[in-house]
Amino acid sequence: MTALPTRKLEAWRYTDLKALAAISFSDPAPAPAPANLPDLGLPRLVFVNGAYDSARSTPPECLRPFAAVAEGSDLPLALINAAHARDGYTLAVPDHFDAGALLIVSHAETEAPQAIHPRHRVTLGAGARLTIIEIAIGQGVYWHNPVTDISLDENATLAHYRLQDEGADSFHLATIRANIAAGAAYQAFTAAIGAKLSRAEIHVTLTGPNASAHLNAAQLLGGHQLGDVSTVVSHLAPHCASRQTVKSVLTDHARGVFQGRIEVDRLAQKTDGYQMNQALLLSPFAEMDIKPELQIFADDVKCSHGATIGALDPEQIFYLRSRGIPEDAARALLIRAFLTEALAPVTHEAAAALFEAAIEAWWTRR
Amino acid sequence: MLVIKNLSARIGEKEILRGVDLTVPDGEIHAIMGPNGAGKSTLSYVLSGRDGYQVTGGTATYNGADILALAPEERAAAGIFLAFQYPVELPGVGNANFIRTALNAVRRARGEPELDAVAFLKLARAAIKNLSMPDDMLKRNVNVGFSGGEKKRNEVLQMALLNPGLAILDETDSGLDIDALKIVAEGVNALRSEKFSALVITHYQRLLDHIVPDRVHVLAAGRIVRSGGPELALELEAHGYAGLEAA
Repeated sequence: MTALPTRKLEAWRYTDLKALAAISFSDPAPAPAPANLPDLGLPRLVFVNGAYDSARSTPPECLRPFAAVAEGSDLPLALINAAHARDGYTLAVPDHFDAGALLIVSHAETEAPQAIHPRHRVTLGAGARLTIIEIAIGQGVYWHNPVTDISLDENATLAHYRLQDEGADSFHLATIRANIAAGAAYQAFTAAIGAKLSRAEIHVTLTGPNASAHLNAAQLLGGHQLGDVSTVVSHLAPHCASRQTVKSVLTDHARGVFQGRIEVDRLAQKTDGYQMNQALLLSPFAEMDIKPELQIFADDVKCSHGATIGALDPEQIFYLRSRGIPEDAARALLIRAFLTEALAPVTHEAAAALFEAAIEAWWTRR
Repeated sequence: MLVIKNLSARIGEKEILRGVDLTVPDGEIHAIMGPNGAGKSTLSYVLSGRDGYQVTGGTATYNGADILALAPEERAAAGIFLAFQYPVELPGVGNANFIRTALNAVRRARGEPELDAVAFLKLARAAIKNLSMPDDMLKRNVNVGFSGGEKKRNEVLQMALLNPGLAILDETDSGLDIDALKIVAEGVNALRSEKFSALVITHYQRLLDHIVPDRVHVLAAGRIVRSGGPELALELEAHGYAGLEAA
């Protein structure tokens, strides 16, 4: 079996998996789905401990059977996933078809530590459209290690919204790889709220002219949580755009990590790359590590990146309070405002409401 | 009625207010003038509850309640409004959302029903029209990208909607052109009633041409050194503050 990555690897420099390595995980056991699963009034796929629950699902037409996994990369977590993957969703939307929106719920419930390694695949034909809203939840000690492979044909549009609200003792390490053809758009937003340790590792390759990717994320972390957003965007073709706005709100002893690499190939002239990473530290013990990397081999490109780490502004809090807004509500309002730019790609109404509620709930349980 | 008795306050080790005595009855507008560093802004911040100011003596009551014991939001609920000298920008917070949240917080604290978005917008649009403000003022982020004049007008809009019993205007006229000044003045004058009082802090007499005060007080070195009718402002304009501090 492939070993877990260690901090000696540059890609894992800030995120230590020692706590994960110390646990001996078994294969997931079947379990019944809980009664009150999230429901957005959309077609829904339910996975319980990694296994597809057909009784609780209302599959869309584009759902295909699971097929065996062959892993071509050397990413350690994808290799481990490939060795164990037994299930996952496969969605294939035909050319020029608008498949609407789909809710996917991954629920984990374990007595003894379990490792869940789903392999998901999404393929959109030319001009096809799809919105995926994923919710990962659970309780107990478990390791959720999903790998999602995405392929967008010319002019296809995939909106991919993820709410990671896993159980407090869990590990969530998601790998997403997306190939975006000419004129296609990948609009992604991840909210990381749960899990003891989480990482969203996103690799996007823009393969044809005018392809675009929006990789936004918000992390809301407290206690001793660690949240990591690591992205690699490869611009292989000219006239492509990538946008990344990642915001972290950290309190207590939480730690946030952002690593963002933008690679611009020699051929990728007129690339428009933007990366903004901002952290709000609500406690003197919270920490943020930020590592932007730009590798640019073309000479006519526009690439910018920025990083800020700050606290809530007492002037702003006083201004709100002087207008009658209680201190707690003033802080919540400012935190929500801080996240606004990251939420920009969330244009689907039900998804927007889901994230609003999750942000509100995070604040309320502080 | 605002009653301030022998109020002293400091920032760190620095004594700023040294025994202020001031009474503003309901229905009256009082102006506070004075040279730079006299403590004018400190007085407004102490009355509105900003952090960093330590009250070392004296009292301040509004309608009989000890306002110095209240949190800033409780003072707002009690009907006190501070128009900031430098209104704060809130990126990511829509102006309509901000003002509605404030209005509903104050209404809740006063035991009044909250306003839904539709009822609020109706009220806000009417206020904007009354104050001759641009319609997009509600849609923009709070004070972000506003000109100096727009920021002050936004303060007046908030004041009009929150409908305070006591407004404290901290150098609201600074940085305003004459048109904006008139709008601000009209905003204050529109609130004039038997139950409304205001403390207008200003450096210049100009604003008082438009908001005619019932009383004018001169604050110098942390004390009220002179009080009089509106004519006192004209006298100060003509002769300056020199000589007053010794009075």
